Amino acid sequence: MYIFGQQLLNGLILGSIYGLIAIGYTMVYGILGMINFAHGEIYMISAYLFAIFLALAGLVGVDSLPVALLATLLLTVAVTCCYGFAVERIAYRPLRGASRLAPLISAIGMSLVLQNYVQLAQGARDQAVPPLYSGVLRLGRAAEQGGAVEYVQVTHVQLLILAVTVLAMAVLTWLIGRTALGRACRATQQDAVMAALAGIDTERVISLVFVIGSGMAAVAGVLITVNFGSFNFFIGFVAGVKAFTAAVLGGIGSLPGAMLGGILLGLAESLFAGLVNTDYSDVFAFGLLVTILVFRPTGLLGRPEVEKV
Amino acid sequence: MMRRAALLPMLALFALALMALAGCERKPETIRIGVAGPITGSYAKFGEQLVKGAQAAVAALNAAGGVEGKTLELVTGDDACDAKQARAVANKLVNEKVVAVVGHFCSSSTIPASEVYDEANILQITPASTNPKVTERGLAVVFRTCGRDDQQGDVAADYIATVLKARRVAVVHDKDTYGQGLADAMKARLNATHKLKEVLYEGITRGSKDFNALITKIKGLRVDVIYFGGLHTEAGLLVRQAREQGLKAILFSGDGIVTEDFPSIAGPATEGVMMTFGSDPRLIPEAAQAVAAIRATGYEPEAYTLYSYATVQVIAAALKANAISRDGRKLAATLKANTFQTVMGPKAFDAKGDLKQTDYVVYRWKKTGADKYDYAQVK
Repeated sequence: MYIFGQQLLNGLILGSIYGLIAIGYTMVYGILGMINFAHGEIYMISAYLFAIFLALAGLVGVDSLPVALLATLLLTVAVTCCYGFAVERIAYRPLRGASRLAPLISAIGMSLVLQNYVQLAQGARDQAVPPLYSGVLRLGRAAEQGGAVEYVQVTHVQLLILAVTVLAMAVLTWLIGRTALGRACRATQQDAVMAALAGIDTERVISLVFVIGSGMAAVAGVLITVNFGSFNFFIGFVAGVKAFTAAVLGGIGSLPGAMLGGILLGLAESLFAGLVNTDYSDVFAFGLLVTILVFRPTGLLGRPEVEKV
Repeated sequence: MMRRAALLPMLALFALALMALAGCERKPETIRIGVAGPITGSYAKFGEQLVKGAQAAVAALNAAGGVEGKTLELVTGDDACDAKQARAVANKLVNEKVVAVVGHFCSSSTIPASEVYDEANILQITPASTNPKVTERGLAVVFRTCGRDDQQGDVAADYIATVLKARRVAVVHDKDTYGQGLADAMKARLNATHKLKEVLYEGITRGSKDFNALITKIKGLRVDVIYFGGLHTEAGLLVRQAREQGLKAILFSGDGIVTEDFPSIAGPATEGVMMTFGSDPRLIPEAAQAVAAIRATGYEPEAYTLYSYATVQVIAAALKANAISRDGRKLAATLKANTFQTVMGPKAFDAKGDLKQTDYVVYRWKKTGADKYDYAQVK
């Protein structure tokens, strides 16, 4: 019972990270109808930026950990957003009128460029940040040595992950649903030409979408780095594949869908690994994806594509 | 006119090509030795050990006049511990006319690469690949200067059962040739000799970061020891997450975690992690001079560095005995018939290409200072 609760929690934490990265895929797809394969790399870069800024904070002499963490988080998000903006400007905007395949290839190219750039600039070795917080919250009785496990526990860092995810989702929902910028985003997503005719600067909206997606990836990058402590230039690939899967599962183009898809994928992996077998947890998670897509080709919360005239 | 205009650049190119050929001919004669391993990627630290060790050995040999008056030169190849890339690297080294190869590192790279070397009849000696299959396939030109996982697994199993007196053991591996091979060897000994059945046997995926689900499961099984077959990146994350979840079981692993990158990933969870590895080559008296020379270049000759050094020495001795022949089978015959003096003491090979004598011992990681960890042999 306790073990099952712990597995649910493990899955929830893993899934909320997937969800955060998935938002970048889903928003870009919603507006441009393309898959931004460089998004995983943006997430990877944010992990490096975080480590660099954290070291700088230590050097400058910021002693309070919460202050240092908050400052580095904001800085990382800001610089990562610049990367997202630049990627769109350099690799995708010049190809706006081209066939659908051209930006796709450009995205794959961008992904390789960023990966190799980080590998050359930062080295191919695993980098690590020391554990920052070690606090643990336990629900239930602490076990004696060798006794049965009768508690569910969550580290403070994992609580932070959940809290920041909820906060980031709340801010994003407000931004898209309640502001003029959000309205412009939604209008562009529904019909870019019509939105432009109505006076919306669609190019600006597209830039904004890339910036928001990168910002979310940066939040995920910081949280994962604080939690796991190590990263290398290649982490963007696995994270990207998982997050892309989450976006498709939830219905690509849908914001709540990305989060839902992420959490479902995380839960599926964790529960299968925990209750059945670790060897096949990826097989199970992706099998689930195929099954869901067979019955709901547009994903869980995706709308069927309206035929455009 | 058009034709003539095209002819001139063609001629110029042809002339250039001739000059390039002539350039090749004039090059001073050196003996090229290949070094292959993960120079980039997550496991680059191990590739660095092989390269640094080989460089030091070549520098020492050249300073002493080379082999038969010819200087040695290293050609590196980067396989990133990827099987496909390993074959490509092997072909590249063969094309570059190396006389022998030191490497590769990962067993999953060494095995496919050895097929290329065998076909090209080039001697291959791996300083680090411990999977039994490396030398079990009857390839004449393949040797190793390290032990085998069945020997390593036996030492680990004996220690876990008799010294740690563990009753409940979980066996985890990374589904790779080396990792799973080592875990299987340990498990076989535990089952057969010590009549101890593991409570869990599962594989994780290289490159994943989150092992919390597996750890929660292990926690529910109340294990005393987690045996992990794999490399330091996953081992570090595994033990770190285990400690975060309050799991106190001892992590026991093999020579795949012998690098200073392991504590930087595992953090404070490094304390108390155990592993098997050959008796520390840095402490062998014959190694003192080489260790000092490598340290003077600002590099600590940890783990496989001296194995790589010794491998180059063995190759040099075999070349000397055969008038610098590139014939891998001839060199192999010499290797099997003689004993070689190396920085790691005298080394002799059996008919398969394995060392006649190996010496796996148990180590424990310990904190040696603020954020500093090192491993020491358990007496």
